[in-house]
Amino acid sequence: MSELLLELSGVHTHIGQYHILQGVDLAVPKGGLTVLLGRNGAGKTTTLRTIMGLWQASAGSVRFEGRDIAAVKTPDIAQAGIAYVPESMAIFSDLTVRENLYLAARQGEMDEKRLDWIFGFFPALKKFWNYPAGNLSGGQKQMVAIARAIVEPRKLILIDEPTKGLAPAIIQGMIAAFKELKATDTTILLVEQNFNFVRSLGDTVAVMDDGRVVHAGTMAELSEDRDLQQKLLGLSMDAHQ
Amino acid sequence: MSEPNVSAAVSPAPTFSEALPKIPMDWAPLLLVPVLALLMLPLVGSFPTWVTLTIAGLAMGMMIFIMASGLTLVFGLMDVLNFGHGAFVSVGAFAATLVLLPLRGWVEADSVLLNLGVVGLAIVVAMLVTGVLGWAFERLIVMPVYGQHLKQILITMGGMIVAEQMITVIWGPEQIPLPLPETFRGALIFGDAAIEKYRLIAVAVGLAVFVTMFLVLNRTKIGLLIRAGVENGEMVEALGYRIRRLFVGVFVAGSALAGLGGVMWGLYKETLTAAMGSEIMVMVFIVIIIGGLGSVGGCFLGAVLVALVANYTGFLIPKLALASNILLMVAILLWRPQGLYAVVKR
Repeated sequence: MSELLLELSGVHTHIGQYHILQGVDLAVPKGGLTVLLGRNGAGKTTTLRTIMGLWQASAGSVRFEGRDIAAVKTPDIAQAGIAYVPESMAIFSDLTVRENLYLAARQGEMDEKRLDWIFGFFPALKKFWNYPAGNLSGGQKQMVAIARAIVEPRKLILIDEPTKGLAPAIIQGMIAAFKELKATDTTILLVEQNFNFVRSLGDTVAVMDDGRVVHAGTMAELSEDRDLQQKLLGLSMDAHQ
Repeated sequence: MSEPNVSAAVSPAPTFSEALPKIPMDWAPLLLVPVLALLMLPLVGSFPTWVTLTIAGLAMGMMIFIMASGLTLVFGLMDVLNFGHGAFVSVGAFAATLVLLPLRGWVEADSVLLNLGVVGLAIVVAMLVTGVLGWAFERLIVMPVYGQHLKQILITMGGMIVAEQMITVIWGPEQIPLPLPETFRGALIFGDAAIEKYRLIAVAVGLAVFVTMFLVLNRTKIGLLIRAGVENGEMVEALGYRIRRLFVGVFVAGSALAGLGGVMWGLYKETLTAAMGSEIMVMVFIVIIIGGLGSVGGCFLGAVLVALVANYTGFLIPKLALASNILLMVAILLWRPQGLYAVVKR
């Protein structure tokens, strides 16, 4: 097994009176793309938000590069090298595309070569560079959200359902973008419900249900085992092709 | 394609030739002020009177804007309903007396330099005192009630009452006269229109504050962070910025601006009372609601509109003057329920 970048052990998270995560154990190997699957309400988004410190874990440990960050504040977690792309995208609609990316470039200025690299798979960002992000389409906003996460090199990128509500043509663009990202050895933890999308991208997979990880293994293993798909996800991935 | 080498940091300016869809500029609220002013001209009847009323309205609007701008940012960024904002107005005005009363000779001197110097010093002292008070207010009173609007209203109103009583304890219960510096007195005559010098100064200071805020919010990283924080503070944190520090900074700046507004308002009224801040707060709240909570541009426009309507109504239908601001607010909210320039919130 390759070196782990992120490891969750027995993580519990409460939101108000609700006990959402009930002992999550999750391992994210360094340099790969780990997919977090599960039905709605299984706790996938809560897991990402707990890692990011947006919701505090009430028990358990979240170890990033060997250091427990469960009680660390969100800005410190971001500065440690973790980027987050929420399901809502959370772009700053009043700001231009350039300003959105500029804020994400904490070093000060943005690197031109890296921007050219991003424009390579998200050309719309170049076109709309000085355009208010709130006026972009849903797919373009998603591009801004992902570009914001990678405008500087990060050790780990948490991405929550990036293809939700997007047209198939845009999803193809996303697949190309994630392949580009994978080629840079960036570690990605991706929450997704679009099986076809993650099947071609994922290295490892974890399936959640009722606030726990109920299966962890390789994507290849899950892709080939229809019985396991039926058991874990209630349907075969083939049905989504 | 592989990841590029990260080399010298530069700020790129990509070029492209394709025509972009144009974003329609929302001109309608901006047109309200000139349309209102022009509509009032025939009703007022006399051009010199109209000029005097309009400049008086603009001056009053600028002073209200200075007092309200900090509050709208505090609400937009921190989601805090600070009903104690008026305390900073009062404290700012009274803090100015620490300079203006001992240096009465400079105030009464027939020298622009001495007058500007003493008022400038008074403003610096007032903004420092209210900035520090704002910092303490945020730490002790506001911080424990983040996210709890009802408690915010109650505790910040309580804070204002305490501040007013402290003013009474320190400066006494009597009204304190605050004379205008000698060279700020009198009026300039343009044709048949007489325009008070101090009103022109108030317009200039208000415009300077607005332009400075506009530049800071649009041309600096801290300004971008404030605008981003107003929309989605959580995401600003997820990008690695400590929004709590931003909160405190904005609260202190907003308090200091209220202090500046208090000095301007006090010099305009030439009399100080401990309750002067709480008395102006109704108008300040109307302004930030009309403008769109969190919008500095909307606040500026709202302040000018409120003041112009109050002045024109006071002249044309005096009995309606007290209700004019409420009627204006009702009309604006019927047209735009989120205010003139609604701020997008997550």
